[in-house]
Amino acid sequence: MVEINREDILDLLCRRLASFANTEQEITPETNLITQLAIDSIKLLNLIMELEDHFDISIPLNALTDVVTVYDLANLIYRIKSDSK
Amino acid sequence: MNLLEKLDAAAAARKAQLPTGLSAFGIPIEEIYSPTEAKIGERRILLLGTNNYLGLSFAPECREAAHEAIDKEGTGTTGSRMANGNYSGHRALEMEFAEFYQCRSCIVFTTGYQANLGTISGLIGAGDVALIDGDSHASIYDGCILSGADIIRFRHNDMADLEKRLRRLGERSKNTLIIIEGIYSMLGDQAPLAEIVNLKNAYGSTLLLDEAHSLGVLGETGQGLAEKTKLSSEVDFITGTFSKSLCGIGGYCVSNHPQLDQLRYVSHPYIFTASPSPATIAATRVALRLLRNGSKLREQLWKNAQQLYSHLKMVGYQVGPEPGPVVATILDNPQQALALWNGLLENNIYVNLILPPAAPEGKSLVRCSVNAAHTAEQIEYVCQTFSKLYPSII
Repeated sequence: MVEINREDILDLLCRRLASFANTEQEITPETNLITQLAIDSIKLLNLIMELEDHFDISIPLNALTDVVTVYDLANLIYRIKSDSK
Repeated sequence: MNLLEKLDAAAAARKAQLPTGLSAFGIPIEEIYSPTEAKIGERRILLLGTNNYLGLSFAPECREAAHEAIDKEGTGTTGSRMANGNYSGHRALEMEFAEFYQCRSCIVFTTGYQANLGTISGLIGAGDVALIDGDSHASIYDGCILSGADIIRFRHNDMADLEKRLRRLGERSKNTLIIIEGIYSMLGDQAPLAEIVNLKNAYGSTLLLDEAHSLGVLGETGQGLAEKTKLSSEVDFITGTFSKSLCGIGGYCVSNHPQLDQLRYVSHPYIFTASPSPATIAATRVALRLLRNGSKLREQLWKNAQQLYSHLKMVGYQVGPEPGPVVATILDNPQQALALWNGLLENNIYVNLILPPAAPEGKSLVRCSVNAAHTAEQIEYVCQTFSKLYPSII
């Protein structure tokens, strides 16, 4: 079981999302996943599955409708992970 | 960006993907000659992209029944099953489906799309879980959204992933509806039903199997994957459509659970729509009889499917994981797929073009659907055309 806090999740997401950004772009908690990164719906779903495996959680698709920024995604993962304990 | 500007942006993206020529989506069919041929533009085209698996769309018995129903009962019911649209034919068809599946009861819906929408949204709600295969049809996704349940995908046909997700649900697995398909429409592969049944039993979940593409195709009497694998009694709910092997329009859900009947009172896609027309019901009742006794048609269908699948694989095309009536050619990018689709049409063959995001894993598909009415000569012509086009595509 991976013990983790919200900051660790944010840090991991920022590093992981760098591959979807252009070279000079810095990923911050406020970065918009759809409009500021080159990430389409298929890439996003694949990324979600990767994160689900990493954190050993399942993220419902309907919960993603409220996710806009990197912080929103980190917060969602943290909430699901906390609830699953 | 306002509402109309958003549509303009989507239209521009679509046009950029498909810049020229005859549109692959919504291609105009001028005349339909038979289950295998139609007029597109000014040419006679071989149809290899329909869901007419048993080739029954021109069956004289079905046409006669439809004509008779129009003469006796008119062109439409003009009302819901819950109001004035509950004719004897609708009830008889439900009894015939229940008897066919040896199930307690059946509900007939106006379309196959609504069968999934109505069944799923009636069975689960807020707080429940829909655990669905990632390659599920849009009607399954939409039914889950309508239900308000949590929607969790498992990787396509990946049993380790399904088990992992059931384990993570804990006690919630008992309020979970696992949803799978008999034959998946994109790659034409079948669900590993025995393993799924074991998992659903181990975790106390409920299983819904959509036999839309497998009805008429799998099993001794054409019931679908559950019959083929002798697991019918282990599946809680089976849905399907009239619009493929039965050559009509409509859908159904069968089950041994007495609670199925309650769906008539809670399922909006069942209640708030007009019931199927008398002609549709009459033709479908006859088509169901033909399907049940259609072992020779199934034999021919599988012979055609094997011939095309083996040939494409031998030539070097990447195809779906197993042979079946849906034979998908998998291309790396939309340009290749469009070139192959155009090449086939120039050679008078119509197939389906499927581009991302509709195709799995970001790939593009040129999807062929064979049927029992295709002759050996037609399938051979298709094989030779694919061979001829291969060097210019791959």
